[in-house]
Amino acid sequence: MATEPIDMEMAGTCINEFGSAIGMPQLCGEWFGNQIFWLVVALVAIYFILSRIALPRIGAVLAERQGTITNDIAAAEDLKVKATEAEAQYDKALIDARAEAQRIIEAAKADIQADLDKAIAKADAEIAAKSAESEKAIAEIREGALKNVEDVAKDTAQAIVAALGGSADAKTVSAAVDARMKG
Amino acid sequence: MEGELAQMGQFIGAGLTAFGMGGAAIGVGNVAGNYLAGALRNPSAAAGQTATLFIGIAFAEALGIFSFLVALLLMFAV
Amino acid sequence: MATEAQGEEAGGLVFHPMDQFIVEPFFGDGAVSWYTITNATVWMALAVLAVFVLLVLGTSKRAVIPSRMQSVAEMAYGFIYKMVEDICGKEGVKYFPYIMTLFMFIVFANFLGLLPMAFTPTAHISVTAVMAFAVFFGVTILGFVKNGGSFLRLFWVSSAPLALRPVLALIELISYFVRPVSHSIRLAGNMMAGHAVIKVFAGFAAIAAIAPVSVLAITAMYGLEVLVSFIQAYVFAILTCVYLKDALHPHH
Repeated sequence: MATEPIDMEMAGTCINEFGSAIGMPQLCGEWFGNQIFWLVVALVAIYFILSRIALPRIGAVLAERQGTITNDIAAAEDLKVKATEAEAQYDKALIDARAEAQRIIEAAKADIQADLDKAIAKADAEIAAKSAESEKAIAEIREGALKNVEDVAKDTAQAIVAALGGSADAKTVSAAVDARMKG
Repeated sequence: MEGELAQMGQFIGAGLTAFGMGGAAIGVGNVAGNYLAGALRNPSAAAGQTATLFIGIAFAEALGIFSFLVALLLMFAV
Repeated sequence: MATEAQGEEAGGLVFHPMDQFIVEPFFGDGAVSWYTITNATVWMALAVLAVFVLLVLGTSKRAVIPSRMQSVAEMAYGFIYKMVEDICGKEGVKYFPYIMTLFMFIVFANFLGLLPMAFTPTAHISVTAVMAFAVFFGVTILGFVKNGGSFLRLFWVSSAPLALRPVLALIELISYFVRPVSHSIRLAGNMMAGHAVIKVFAGFAAIAAIAPVSVLAITAMYGLEVLVSFIQAYVFAILTCVYLKDALHPHH
């Protein structure tokens, strides 16, 4: 917009009649006052905006956020401690439970052992009684058997003697068989 | 004729100030390169020196800007 | 230059890289006096408005979980606050609003100046010089008020050999007084250079053969200028901090 021709009266020491700059516009003394004045106005305005409203507010927001973060971190720390405690309690409970279980197992084992021992003892006694009885029966049977053998031998011997044509009385044969059997 | 000669001198002078740009380029490159070399050797210390880096670059570059300013003054203000 | 400009216009290739910096009345024509509302006034006012929108309207909800705009505002606040605290120490935090004011004004004036047809107040040496000299005088007065005569020890480098100290003192003194000049010309020069170069490339676009190159160059320069706009505002603020640090702690 600076290049469009402007009125001749407009052309001062800084702008030629075509609206172009003569030399550097930065060095044109005519404009210094205007720029400096408005710059000071702008800077003062920004300074008041910042120092009265913006900076305290942002500072407060940042401090508040910092506080919130610190609180949250503290709360998290708290919860962590609680969690650690709970874990310790849990561990302790677990150890206790294990010990209890061990104890119960031991007791059960002892009971079982006692029962077992009793049963074994009872069984042993029964077995002993049974075996004694059996031994007695066997002895009887053996005795019976020996007597039978004797009788059979005597009868056989008498029969053989008779068969051979000899005559022997029963007393003599039995004495002879007895003597043989003892020998 | 005399005016044209003066104008020629102006333009030649303005052109010569472009050498200043090369000087500023060397200076800025030096600052940034040395910063990078140092930063690669000790990366943990690099973050604290960025402010110094920018100050160094600003100082080196300012002199290049001064040469440009001389060129502008020769072209437009003399 | 005026006659040459006319000659060039006849040739078809028109360069008016400096015309964008002309200050003119915003409403109608007429002379520019100190109270006239000019394009400079309007763009400064827009910068003030942008600061207001970002930092006041953007944070009006005071949300603990920030919206996008509030988070940008907080980022700007934290960025400058940390910079002031890092460089000037705890005592410097008192001057944080001043540095924030300068930074916000410059950064918005720079960015708004990048809009097409915009006027860039910070490309004017008179504008940047006012800010730089305000910093210079403010810092110098503050240094004397805070430290009294011992502020002068800033120029007396006690770590140097005794014979060198007067020479160094002279150099330090000169560099101290050059500070506002370089401080202001750095900003104005950077902004002016970028805008003028873009205008020169735009002038070349009138030749059809090299117009694509010109457009590409303008795009690239524009990207660079976006970067420069921010970096120069940052540099202005950081140098203000450095000068402030000298005033608060003058001992090397």
